Amino acid sequence: MDQSLRELYQEVILDHSRHPRHFGVLDDATHKADGHNPLCGDKVTVMLALDEAGRVADIRFQGKGCAISQASASMMTEMLTGRTVAEAEKLMEGFLHLVKGEEASGLSADDREHLDVMSGLSEFPMRVKCATLAWHTFKNAVEEGEVVAKEGAA
Amino acid sequence: MTAAAKIAPAFDADKARADFPILSRQVYGKRLVYLDSGASAQKPLAVLEAMTRFAENDYANVHRGVHFLSAAATDAYEAARRTVQKFVNAAREDEIVFTKGGTEAINLVSYGFLAPRIQPGDEIVLSVMEHHSNIVPWHFLRERHGAVLRWADVRDDGSLDVEALDALIGPKTKLVAITHMSNVLGTVTPLQEIVARAHAKGVPVLADGCQGAVHEIVDVQALDIDFYALTGHKIYGPTGIGALYAKRAHLKAMQPFNGGGEMIREVTRDIVTYADPPARFEAGTPPIIESVGLAAAMDYLMSQDRAAVKAHEHDLLVYARERLKDFNWLRVIGDAPGKGAIISFEAEGMHAHDLATILDREGVAVRAGHHCAQPLMERFGVASTSRASFALYNVRADVDALVAALAKAREILG
Repeated sequence: MDQSLRELYQEVILDHSRHPRHFGVLDDATHKADGHNPLCGDKVTVMLALDEAGRVADIRFQGKGCAISQASASMMTEMLTGRTVAEAEKLMEGFLHLVKGEEASGLSADDREHLDVMSGLSEFPMRVKCATLAWHTFKNAVEEGEVVAKEGAA
Repeated sequence: MTAAAKIAPAFDADKARADFPILSRQVYGKRLVYLDSGASAQKPLAVLEAMTRFAENDYANVHRGVHFLSAAATDAYEAARRTVQKFVNAAREDEIVFTKGGTEAINLVSYGFLAPRIQPGDEIVLSVMEHHSNIVPWHFLRERHGAVLRWADVRDDGSLDVEALDALIGPKTKLVAITHMSNVLGTVTPLQEIVARAHAKGVPVLADGCQGAVHEIVDVQALDIDFYALTGHKIYGPTGIGALYAKRAHLKAMQPFNGGGEMIREVTRDIVTYADPPARFEAGTPPIIESVGLAAAMDYLMSQDRAAVKAHEHDLLVYARERLKDFNWLRVIGDAPGKGAIISFEAEGMHAHDLATILDREGVAVRAGHHCAQPLMERFGVASTSRASFALYNVRADVDALVAALAKAREILG
């Protein structure tokens, strides 16, 4: 069996894709965005609530996609909870380097260890977009997806 | 050996394989199993050599210079047009317009034929199994001219419901635009019947032949069809060239789509008059070397026993269906009678892209995604499928490799 395939579809990834964490709707989201990969038709919605300190107090995602995109979104939600937007963006930058097989020096040792299961992606450049979809959607949500409370709403 | 295996098709695919240099290469150290000809077919040596020979000996711009090479290149370009004419059995060579592909051919009909004559509320009838290239040009007319798109459904087996399509053709219908063969389902549409029904109501018909032209014999006169669009790269020819067949009367009435050199009669500061078709629709320097390649590809196909090729591809389809039956976790989409050699499927618990990645590492190239046919994906309630599409150079060993790779994917992802 192809070793790089085993690395890509290792148990942690498959587990996240089959049992995604933080999957669902976040009713009191402050930010929300839809992501779409036109190449494969994958869609993801990221919803999050920032607290007063600008930290990710809660986060959810919904969508359909391949094992890589689902696992990546699931892991992302785990790792982003409790971080400030600036910390999240730094993590994202490191992640993007990592999946492309580039030097990811900005990552803490702990984050690096967590994300290591995704490093097999560097052998599959056609699939990098699957892994980055949720992260880009998160960034869009933070930057442009502020949820404006409807007038008259409680 | 199964009963099916004993009936050897008359076509010698192993001999044909030798005509395609790329098939002898390996990927990831494994034999290349190319099952993505529906996206783009590989090129035989005859095509590659014809293009090189032309570029090395006879190349110049066409229809312009008076010098030796310009004449030689123009001769080759116009000879290529006659080859396309022969390939689709058009009555006249000036009914063939070279385009950069099937997409441009359909857009030419949209812009040049339909746009000038469409009124708000006028209708265009198409099927849900159209490729985006035979959808989006009509959406343009909807957005910009108020045209209404009417969609003919397919049955659950993927066959076209001709009665339902016929019922959609009414007094406001300006065109029926229908695929010759679905790139996802493999369904072959009964063009003759569709044309007869549309013509009975005075409505012209365009066929998207991007998939159909390579698998079916096209006879535009027998079909009495108004427009037939095809592309070079899916019929073993080069990219960057396709053709539109259109009835002479339609072409003469059509407005030009691109403006530029070669398509004019006279240009002054105040006015412009246009050349006769087909030059009117071939503005700018055309794909000259590619025209030679396209002609070589069509000659290659026409030199084959087309019925035997079709029987061979059908054998692969039947064999693949038989072998895939064991996988009860596969759902094959499209089982229309007389369908072409395309198998689209959804695998339980496996996304098409994960599947395609694993097959790829086994040397098996398939297409995964929505196949530029999103309305059809919606019709069958799937986000994406995997598709194996067969060509004349595929053999049963390719099907065996696909089956083995699928089993491996199930092992990893299942």
